[in-house]
Amino acid sequence: MNINRILILIGLALLVALPFVAAAYFMHLVIQILIWAFIYTAWSLMGRFGFVSFGHGAFMGLGAYIPALMWTFWGVTPWIGIPIAVAAAVLLAVIVGYPCFARRVVGHYFALVTLALSQVVLLSLTAARDITGGSLGFTQKAVGHSWYALQFPEKTYFYGIAVVLWLAGLVIWQRIDRSISREALEAIGEDEDAAAAVGIDVMYQKMRITMISAALTALGGAIYGQYFMYLNPETVSGITVSLQIVFAAIAGGVYAMFGPSVGALLTLALTEGLRVWFGTEFIGAANTIYGILLVLCIIFMPQGVVGALQGLKFRRTPQGKSVRRISEA
Amino acid sequence: MDLYLLEAIINGILLGGVLALLALGLNLIFGVIDVVWISYADIVMCGMYGVYFLYAQYHLPLPLAFLLAILGSACLGVLVHKLIIAPVLNAAPLNQLLATGGLLFFLQSFATLLFGTDFRNIGVRLPVLEVASMYLSFARLIAFGVALVGAFALYFFLKKTYVGTAIRAIAQDREIVGLMGIDQRRIYLVVSAIGGALAGLAACLLALQYDVHPFIGNTFGPVIFMICVLGGLGNMLGGFFAAFIISLIIAIGGYYWSTELSYVLAFTFFIVLMFIRPRGLFTP
Repeated sequence: MNINRILILIGLALLVALPFVAAAYFMHLVIQILIWAFIYTAWSLMGRFGFVSFGHGAFMGLGAYIPALMWTFWGVTPWIGIPIAVAAAVLLAVIVGYPCFARRVVGHYFALVTLALSQVVLLSLTAARDITGGSLGFTQKAVGHSWYALQFPEKTYFYGIAVVLWLAGLVIWQRIDRSISREALEAIGEDEDAAAAVGIDVMYQKMRITMISAALTALGGAIYGQYFMYLNPETVSGITVSLQIVFAAIAGGVYAMFGPSVGALLTLALTEGLRVWFGTEFIGAANTIYGILLVLCIIFMPQGVVGALQGLKFRRTPQGKSVRRISEA
Repeated sequence: MDLYLLEAIINGILLGGVLALLALGLNLIFGVIDVVWISYADIVMCGMYGVYFLYAQYHLPLPLAFLLAILGSACLGVLVHKLIIAPVLNAAPLNQLLATGGLLFFLQSFATLLFGTDFRNIGVRLPVLEVASMYLSFARLIAFGVALVGAFALYFFLKKTYVGTAIRAIAQDREIVGLMGIDQRRIYLVVSAIGGALAGLAACLLALQYDVHPFIGNTFGPVIFMICVLGGLGNMLGGFFAAFIISLIIAIGGYYWSTELSYVLAFTFFIVLMFIRPRGLFTP
């Protein structure tokens, strides 16, 4: 039994033990971290290959709003609403992704097209204020403890859901990481023409990873919506959320399985810690420091926290195995 | 033709002037330094706060307040370049994008911290013109005129002066200009200062029409990128025309539906056009 197995077992044991010892506030934080970690991991599935999307706010917005609206207005259970939301996000990813890839919209242009996409969803949600409440936000119909409505006032249930979700995200990450697709996508990320020349189906690979990433992001958004009950267009879609996703994932490191999760842990611990530290008198102080740290992080640690640590580790191995830095992507 | 529609269209074109000015600044920076300032609209926000405090709080004469705001924004541009862009100049484009994105978070939050989230107006009431029974905002008319003058001034600066020629040379080939005796770093600073000054000028013009608040950059920041990309990043003339196309869509959409939906329309138009012409409308 190697050391990694033992570490994983200890980690799982801690995750199981947590709800029995932790206070409600702490549980609330951990649930948020896990949901965001899942979403950041979903983004990194694309981001690690250099397909930088600023449009994941769009997928998250659809994922959060569709089940909540369907439940509140038509009484449709989230068990149906969530698959519909995921399907809608995948459809949107196909509608925008296919022409993007077919027309070779890459780099800056891809980032800015997807940025426009997340603004489209944000503004549409705001404009439909008769249904969604616009920028005032929207609270879905609460029924107390119910599996049918996927609503649990008690945090333990959502903790369980969030843990399963997060682990599923890591498993998907690892399966892709160990598949031949990863090699293909890395080749595409470095040079599309060369990748096509050696027989890689560029369109198929890019579409597949985009659809998976969009679907998972929508699923994360849906669980976020079920947990918080209150939704606001600004907090689940648009440029701010898209940037938040990109930043946290990059800060943690997109090339390592736990990188995005570490990003979620660090950013949330940081914002929450700063918020508690400064209190409510200095609105903006927490984010001011957050912004400075982001800039410093990008300048001095472009491969992310986990990437930096791994870089140290791998530099010592004799095989010369190295972690690709983001600056080479 | 419907008179109200015509009024909306004219007001749209007038707004396009200011957007064109901002697109010029962003394109200049991109064309020369090869970095997209995601936080460009937030420099405008800082400029607007500058105008507000100098004029409405400290009661300086308006022209002086404008001048100081433009100078301040130019200094801010230089500062941004020195502190944030210069260290990532050789990093991947994505990292440069993200570094200025971090600046966006910083500027918005810092403004919230300093000034709160109140909407502030400089309280200059300009008359509304009535032309052929249409109502045109005088503030927008001035903004349009000044923006055009600013654009032409920039054009002549780039065409006729030594520094302008050096700037265009760098945009064409950044490897070779060093051999021609041009100090790249100095030109970068000049360009950042001009970019900042253009943002400051736009801030003065926008302060006449809109209330300033910490998140005002989010309302037109994405629109400016869209305009630049539509015109072809770095293509100044393209960006200039794209500004009017987009502002017309927004104006007409706003007339028939609502403001948000008009932006949805503009963004959708942008996405679709990117599929048809991936390198921008005016790039062959």
